[in-house]
Parts: sequence; C-alpha cells; structure tokens
Amino acid sequence: MARIGVFVCHCGENISRTVDTAAVAQALGEMPGVAHSTDYKYMCSDPGQSLIQAAIAEQKLDGVVVAACSPHMHEKTFRRAAANAGLNPFLCEMANIREQCSWIHDDREAATAKAIDLVRMIVEKVKHNQPLQPIHIPVTRRALVIGGGIAGIQAALDIADGGCEVVLVEKEPSIGGHMSQLSETFPTLDCSQCILTPRMVEVYQHPRIKLLSYSEVESLEGFIGNFKVTIRQKARFVDESKCNGCGDCTKKCPQKKIPSEFDAGLGTRTAIFVPFPQAVPNIPVIDRANCLLFKGRAKGKKKDVCGICARTCTRGAIDYDQEDRLVTEEVGAIVVATGYQLYTIGKIQPKEYLRGYGEYGYGEIPDVIDGLQFERLASASGPTAGEIRRPSDGKVPKTVVFLQCIGSRDPAKGIEYCSKICCMYVAKHTMLYQHKVHDGQAVVFFMDVRAGGKGYDEFTRRAMNEGALYLRGRVSKMYRDGEVIKVVGYDTLSGEQIVLDADMVVLATAMMPQLGIESLAQTLSVSYDQYGFINEAHPKLRPVETNTAGVFVAGACQAPRDIPDSVAMASAAASKILSLFSNAELSREPMVAHVNPATCTGCFHCERVCHFGAIQRKEVRDRQGNLIKVIAEVNEGVCQGCGTCQATCPSKSIELAGFTDAQVFSAINAIFA
Amino acid sequence: MSTATTAQQKPQAEPLADPGLKPGVAEGFEPKIIAFVCNWCTYTGADLAGTSRIQMAPNVRMIRLPCTGRIDPLFVIKAFERGADGVIVSGCHPADCHYAVGNYHARRRFAIFRDLLEFLGIEPDRLTFSWVSASEGKKWSEVVNDATQRVKKLGPFAAYQSLVDK
Ligand SMILES: Cc1cc2nc3c(=O)[nH]c(=O)nc-3n(C[C@H](O)[C@H](O)[C@H](O)COP(=O)(O)OP(=O)(O)OC[C@H]3O[C@@H](n4cnc5c(N)ncnc54)[C@H](O)[C@@H]3O)c2cc1C
Repeated sequence: MARIGVFVCHCGENISRTVDTAAVAQALGEMPGVAHSTDYKYMCSDPGQSLIQAAIAEQKLDGVVVAACSPHMHEKTFRRAAANAGLNPFLCEMANIREQCSWIHDDREAATAKAIDLVRMIVEKVKHNQPLQPIHIPVTRRALVIGGGIAGIQAALDIADGGCEVVLVEKEPSIGGHMSQLSETFPTLDCSQCILTPRMVEVYQHPRIKLLSYSEVESLEGFIGNFKVTIRQKARFVDESKCNGCGDCTKKCPQKKIPSEFDAGLGTRTAIFVPFPQAVPNIPVIDRANCLLFKGRAKGKKKDVCGICARTCTRGAIDYDQEDRLVTEEVGAIVVATGYQLYTIGKIQPKEYLRGYGEYGYGEIPDVIDGLQFERLASASGPTAGEIRRPSDGKVPKTVVFLQCIGSRDPAKGIEYCSKICCMYVAKHTMLYQHKVHDGQAVVFFMDVRAGGKGYDEFTRRAMNEGALYLRGRVSKMYRDGEVIKVVGYDTLSGEQIVLDADMVVLATAMMPQLGIESLAQTLSVSYDQYGFINEAHPKLRPVETNTAGVFVAGACQAPRDIPDSVAMASAAASKILSLFSNAELSREPMVAHVNPATCTGCFHCERVCHFGAIQRKEVRDRQGNLIKVIAEVNEGVCQGCGTCQATCPSKSIELAGFTDAQVFSAINAIFA
Repeated sequence: MSTATTAQQKPQAEPLADPGLKPGVAEGFEPKIIAFVCNWCTYTGADLAGTSRIQMAPNVRMIRLPCTGRIDPLFVIKAFERGADGVIVSGCHPADCHYAVGNYHARRRFAIFRDLLEFLGIEPDRLTFSWVSASEGKKWSEVVNDATQRVKKLGPFAAYQSLVDK
C-alpha cells in the first residue's frame, strides 16, 4: 500500500476563504493509500516546507501531494523540498486548488467538493509515479546570433569576450542594422557611426566571432545545448577571400541610378555595391535584379552584355557563376536579434490588418518623408552631406512639420501599441534641424509626449525650449499647393483648426517587426505576438528567454526599443548564454518517452508523428546475432516530451514518463470512485 | 424553452441563464465534466482565469497533459465509461503549439473520433473541443460555462453506464 502525504495550503486566505481546507485534509486522510493529511496556512513558507519534510521522514512517505496553487507557480519549490528530505522529486506533485478552484468559485460547498476531487485525482496519479532521474546532456559551447544590428553585435561581442565562439548571421551585405543609418542619437546627440563603427570592426576582427554576412538561417535541428543550424550564404558574386575592398568595381559600374536602401531611397547606388563606406565586411555584392549582365542572362542572351566589374578587378574576385552555399554550424544556444522595420505609410500595405495613411500623400508628395529618411538627410555621410535639403527640389526647408504616432497607438490603422522611441527621435529631429537651419521652424503634432527614461523628459523639454512648436492634435489631411504642403490639423488645446504651410513633412512611423519574421520564428519554434514581435518566456521574470529552451531574444525584434535598451537586452541574453555554457553538461527534466522493446512491433507510426525526430530505429538480435526485429527507440536528448507518439502507438508500447496511461486513467477513476 | 435537440444543433447560440456562478442550479443536476488540456496554453489560460478571478461553473475537473497530442481518445471513452457527463479537450491554437504540431495531430484525431462517438451512442455535444491560449482566461471561462450548460440540457450520461451494468 502506498504511503502518500497530502498537504493542503490555505495560501493565507486565498484558498481557505472559499475552500474548506480542513475538510479537504480530512476527506483525503480517509482515502486508501494516504498515510498523512494535514493543512497549513502557507505551505510554501519555510515552516510549511519543513512540515512536509518532517512528515516525509517521520511517516516514511513514498509520495507527496501539495494542494495549493498552480504547479507553474511552485512545483519546483515543493519538488526541491521533497528532494531535500530524501524523496525522489518526481514523486511530488501539486493539486491546483487556487487558480483553478478557490479563485474562480464562490460557492464554498461546490468549491470544497471540487477541491477534494482535484486532490484525489493527483493522489491516484502519484500512486503510479515512478522515481525519475534528471537526464544529462552535453553542451556545445558555441552560440549563434541572428541579426547584426546593435543588439546582435553587442550579444556577439559579450559572448565572444566571455571566451566562447560565436557565429553571427546577418542577412544584409553588412552588419550595423538601423543604427548605422542614424545621424546623431538621443539623448546625448553623439554621432551614431562614431560609436557604432568601432564595434562593427571589433566583431570583424574578433578571433572568436565568425561573421556570415549576406546569409540567412535555413533550418534548425536539435535542442538546447545541441543545435545544428543550416545557413544559406547567398551568392555575392564576389569572392570574399580575394576581394580587398578597393572599390574600383563599384566606381566603374555603369548602372548608377539605383535607389540606395541605406539612404532610404534618397541617394543612389550602383549594381555592384557596398551599402555604405564603413560597411563590415567591406566587400561588395552584385544586385542581380539591377545588374546589366544578369538582366541579359535572364533574357537568355548568349553573350554577356556587361562584365566591366570583372575586367576592372585586379584580383579576379568577381565570380558571376557563384552560387548560394549551405553551411551547417553546431551551436548550443541562439540569440534572435532581427530588429525592426518601419510602418509603410502608403496605400499599399504589407499586411492585411494595416491600413496606411493614404490621406498624407506619402509616395505622391516627394517632400513627405519618414524618420529614417530624415536621419539620412541629417547625416554627414548622407546624400546631402548633412545639409537639410528637401527631396523634391533640393531647397532648404524653412518650415518642417513632424507628425508623431503615425501607425502607432491607432487601432483603426492596425496597430495598438506605442512605438516608444518616436517622441524621443522627433525631439531629436527638431533639434538637429534647428541646429542646421537657424531660421527654420520645427512644428510637431503630437498625442502625448512619452519620454520615460534617464534624461529623456529633459531632452524633449530641451527641444521645446530650443524653439520647436509642439501642437497637441492630429493631422487629417495633407496636399500639395504649389511649392508648399498644406497641413490640415487640429490643435486640441486651443480647440482650433490649423492649416500650416510646410516645406517638408516628416512622419514618425510605427516600429514593426521585420517582414517574414514569422517564418524564422517557426523555424526556431519560438512564439510571436499578433504583430510578429518575438514573445519572451515571461514578461517580467524571463525577458530575454523564449519559450524554446536555448533560444534567446534581444533588441527591437521583441518590442519597440531604443539603443540603450537593445544593448541592455543583448548583454542580458549573452550573460544567460555564458552561464548556460559554464556547465559542461545540462541536466533536464526526465519527462521523455520510452519504448517497451518487448511489445513494440516496429510499425513506426511514432516516427511519423514525431516533429523532433527523436525516434530512432534499433535492431534487436538474438544471441546468434540473427536479426529478430527492428523497433523504435527514443533519443532522450531530442525528445521534447509532448507525448504525441504515445497517443498514436497502436500497440501501446511507448510511454511518456510522468504522463503514462496508468497515471491518467487512475486520475479519471479518482473522480468517480 | 429550447429542447435538447435544438441545443444540439446550435450549442454556441444558447446564452447562459445565469452567466455567472451557478448555471442552472434550478434543474438540480450538476454534471461532472473532465477536461483534458495541454500544459502550455489551456492550463496556463485557466490559471490566468484564476489570477483574473473570472468566476465560472464549478463542474469541470482538469487533467493536465503536456500537449493535446498526448490526449488519447481512449481517455475520453474512459471518462464517459466511468461516469463523466461531459468531456472537454483543449489546447493551443493552430500554429501556436509549444511542440509545433502536437495540436494538429490532436485535431485530426478528434475530427475522426467525433463521428465515432455517435456510433458509440454518446451525444457529440457532450464532447467540447476548443483552442484556448495562455492569454485567453476569459475564453476558458466561456468554454467551461458553455460546456456545462450544454451538458446540463442533455442531462446525466447514463447510456454507457447502463450497458456496463448489464
Ligand atoms: C528614425 C529613427 C531614429 C532613431 N534614433 C534613435 C536614437 O537617436 N537613439 C536611440 O537610442 N535609438 C534610436 N532609434 C532606434 C534604433 O534604431 C533601434 O533601437 C536599434 O536600431 C535596434 O537595434 P536592433 O539590433 O534590435 O535592430 P536593427 O537595427 O533593426 O538590426 C537588426 C539586424 O538584423 C538583421 N536581420 C533581420 N532579419 C534577419 C534575418 N532573418 N536573418 C539575419 N539577419 C536579419 C537586419 O538586417 C539588421 O542588420 C531610432 C529609430 C528610428 C526609426
């Protein structure tokens, strides 16, 4: 006969207010196999845990059921307590009589009856629990960082400086992300390139960082400590080992009028190009869609129509026949740092739920631009060499209107959240503008100024003191009127409609996750929210972990973030990874499937339903070495413990430890005993 | 008042007599319903209903499994055989499964199983299949209340039991 101890918690009054805890303890005490049953005010407190430990020793308990809160809350606590008292921790389970009973019912009688059922179910289950041992798995002390923005750069440097190798995968030809496009940064107005470039170079030169630029993650196998990633290195058509970054090829390329992505469409580039002068690696790529030679080949021309870059290159680094290459890397942990993109303002939207701002004439009026475009205008390395000149005619604008919350905080346009950084960068833009155009007037339409952060509110105030005119209200319409843009808005503080003549309008558009992030998230099996931002494992307590063990998240791909927050998150993820790597072995919960070799018929239905590839084939031979049958076997390191195999197995030969048929059936029986 | 047949045809449209705490106490029949749920979505969603103090019918007893993929149709049969009046199976929304695809296997399995239930003489309305995510505490309470209400209309489940007794 089992000797199970039942410990009913009052949780202060959280449980005892609606559940008669004494009655529960008494009813359970009468159940066969229960050797000890008691109730106490706070089971999770020190005295509460001591009470359990004392009972394990004195009553020689072989199982413990704590009837208290959700196992998600305290299962670890009580299992540890049981283990300290010498009981195998997996013989201890919790019955959830708080979240799923006392808090959701107010009829004391019904709640007490339900609580008794809930505890009985767990007692019957525990009678079938087996002592289990944690599984130990080796750890590959090498990390993969996806995304080479400031977040990815920081994470890679921290991990590498901590002594472990890093593979950094960046989909663009250069690392740097959006920060490389910024002119000066709030709240200090220091030059973005000046603080970023040294870090990019550090990444490139670091002996423990392997940079794979112009590459993307193709697939992922394995599990925490033992991932195997396949990475697609897209063809650059330039041999990285031969190129010395002299730039002759880009100078000679005849295709010169291609809008530059780096300059947010305001400048131009060639078909063979380096996105910006400080690019890391400083190795060009050929943009096939715009290259004359590739266009000719696509049309089926027998003879190549161009080839100037290859002829120019003295090192023979140009290779028009290069193909995408797949490389595999083994890593123990992963950081997702894929950053953001901006809300597209025009009528055509990338996602169905986004509405756009057709009424603002973006795309039709050339002097309506977005924040990143303004950054490029203000940047010394930008298309205007840092002079604020408007795109349409190159004139210096004397009135610039800035509109905040474009897309953000506007459920009607598809996004409810606040993009968090726009109040700050608009304030920055007004200052940069007025510092450069002394007789210029910056006007800001805003909903609220949200500038929480060290020195942030002071910063927005400074913008106002330096002469930016802040009008509280929204703009309903903009249209071109000769040289100027008419901005029709409403000032909610004075209650007046306002029509302004602007020379240029800058829209502070919402920050959104990168398009296509969902498919990367699915490859990594991490979850994401309705907009595509990667979900953290816990919003407060596990902000840089994801729900997949070993995969971490940093920067603006998790939520709108500025640089200091992205860097902090990246360092946090790196330190989590370094602590993971400080162990030679990981120990994991033993809730994995096991095959009964005697009854397995080798049908391999389990193999077909296992998403993780945890089922292996094993040959069974007799003493003479003759093959008797081939059966299934579970790779304990790979098995995630979902149990789909067990529900599928026709011969009932595979069982998930901790959730066996016997355990489930006896829990069912307990209700109707 | 609608009869059991209409309730079967349009289970969702039937509003709760008392949307709060003690649905249908007047009828005097308090069904026992077993819920088989996954650990990551529905169990966590039910916990959230608790932390949000959302009140619901006290008729459901929950069995936590790692994934809906682990839920064997035999569990459901066993529950009815032992005397459950209703069963709920609930897990992560499609594409949200913690184990990526366990819920798809469950969905296929239960699509077939539903037909089999009728063959066994169990009214399909006694079995509720739903997706409740970790953030849908409110939805979980609705699933519980709806299922309770529906099973109340159907009355106690005695058919299988009487077979067993014979
Ligand atoms: C107009 C404007 C002004 C700003 N000004 C400031 C400021 O003054 N101060 C401040 O603190 N912040 C400012 N910010 C915010 C700042 O840009 C972000 O905080 C920062 O860039 C976030 O860094 P990140 O690394 O998370 O993302 P990103 O900079 O977006 O970098 C992400 C990187 O990941 C790569 N990537 C994406 N998907 C993949 C994939 N699937 N595989 C591989 N690589 C991938 C991208 O190519 C990119 O290189 C501003 C933002 C805007 C829009």
